[in-house]
Amino acid sequence: MTPLAQLIEAALFSAARPLTVEELQTLDAEATLADTRAALEQLREHYDFDGHSVELVEVAGGYQIVTRAAFAAAIERAQFGVRQPKLTAAALETLAVIAYRQPVGRAEIEEIRGVSAGGVLRTLQERSLIEVVGRGEAIGRPLLYGTTSSFLELLGLRDLAELPRAEELTIALHPHRLSTDGEDAAASVPAES
Amino acid sequence: MTLSPPTAALGAEPGFIVQLDAFNGPLDLLLHLLREEQIEISDIPIARIADQFLRAIHQLGLNQAADYLEMAGRLLRLKAQMLLPRRSDDEGWEDPRHELVRRLLEYQQIREIAAWMERAAERRADQFPRGYLPPPPSLPEPPLTLDLLQLIRAVEEVIAAIPSPVLHRVVARPLNVEGATLRIEALLAEREQISWLEALGPRPTITDVLSTLLALLELARRGLLRLAQPAPFAPMVIARDATRPAD
Repeated sequence: MTPLAQLIEAALFSAARPLTVEELQTLDAEATLADTRAALEQLREHYDFDGHSVELVEVAGGYQIVTRAAFAAAIERAQFGVRQPKLTAAALETLAVIAYRQPVGRAEIEEIRGVSAGGVLRTLQERSLIEVVGRGEAIGRPLLYGTTSSFLELLGLRDLAELPRAEELTIALHPHRLSTDGEDAAASVPAES
Repeated sequence: MTLSPPTAALGAEPGFIVQLDAFNGPLDLLLHLLREEQIEISDIPIARIADQFLRAIHQLGLNQAADYLEMAGRLLRLKAQMLLPRRSDDEGWEDPRHELVRRLLEYQQIREIAAWMERAAERRADQFPRGYLPPPPSLPEPPLTLDLLQLIRAVEEVIAAIPSPVLHRVVARPLNVEGATLRIEALLAEREQISWLEALGPRPTITDVLSTLLALLELARRGLLRLAQPAPFAPMVIARDATRPAD
């Protein structure tokens, strides 16, 4: 490994959060962004091909050294590490709405989920998974929420673009086709009633 | 309203246990009912589903949940709308179920994303980052152990520390124009002219200043003295009116 790759390894080892390429570049005054990226790639290969139990992952816009999934069960059993607590279904649904509609207000979240969202929003805010990103134009200037980098870290995502796109989902909303379906359905209604 | 006979989904099937919190709201319950009946979302038999929905919220003891009642109301309105007669060639007729179908599909999509996110979080939880303990959250102090007397003293201290409300006090301070007039006349009786500061008297209050000013203006109006200012912002000079002798 090059000295820069070693330096980066040391920095990632000491950091409590993912570090961005730009942050890592500041380690060496003479290193360019390209140098830093190349060193990161070298570090990744070093971990991947030299039989290491850790790997370099890209998460929340930065880089992080994590243990490989193969060791998770043993680590947890021995209680050396604690898994992230699971999110409730309500929390996941709310996060899903916010992730796709941000910035989004409470009213829209409640409309989509059909239930009140105050408690869940508070919990998600306490866990720093969402934050207030502004105020809407509607009456009362409602708070608008967006996801945070902690949200990306929780899901192990580089950025929001890694979330599945609407057309990748089995149920995609196609407003046009939906309206045609509706008319077909309407034609068959009298049979039901 | 007549309820439809119990369906396989609710009640009739042995061992079918519904927990109160088994559903994430009315849309979730509705999707559950549709799945059990294997009904296409785009062609919901509203009358049947509305009845089942009402049965379900009764059986689940969800009567108190406003979210469910709101949806029940919506379904009943839809049911009524669907029962209205209409001509088969009615072009302008819009299926009243449209909005419900759109919401159900939208909610299903959110459910699918939520499931994807849950799997992603699962995978990520298998990757342990470097052991790092975040600083413990600041918890409130444990309950105090104290006796009644200490508590009473504490309460008294708190009460004592509350500042009494500061109300604006209005004190009647009438202007003493007569007094000022007498003072000025006395001064002018001794000397030909006096200065503004002399007219004010020692340590004047705002009332004294105003009283003196009014007295001066009144005396000048009556022609008993002359007010002069040699230059802009120069001290005012108060002089006995030369044409008349002082009283």
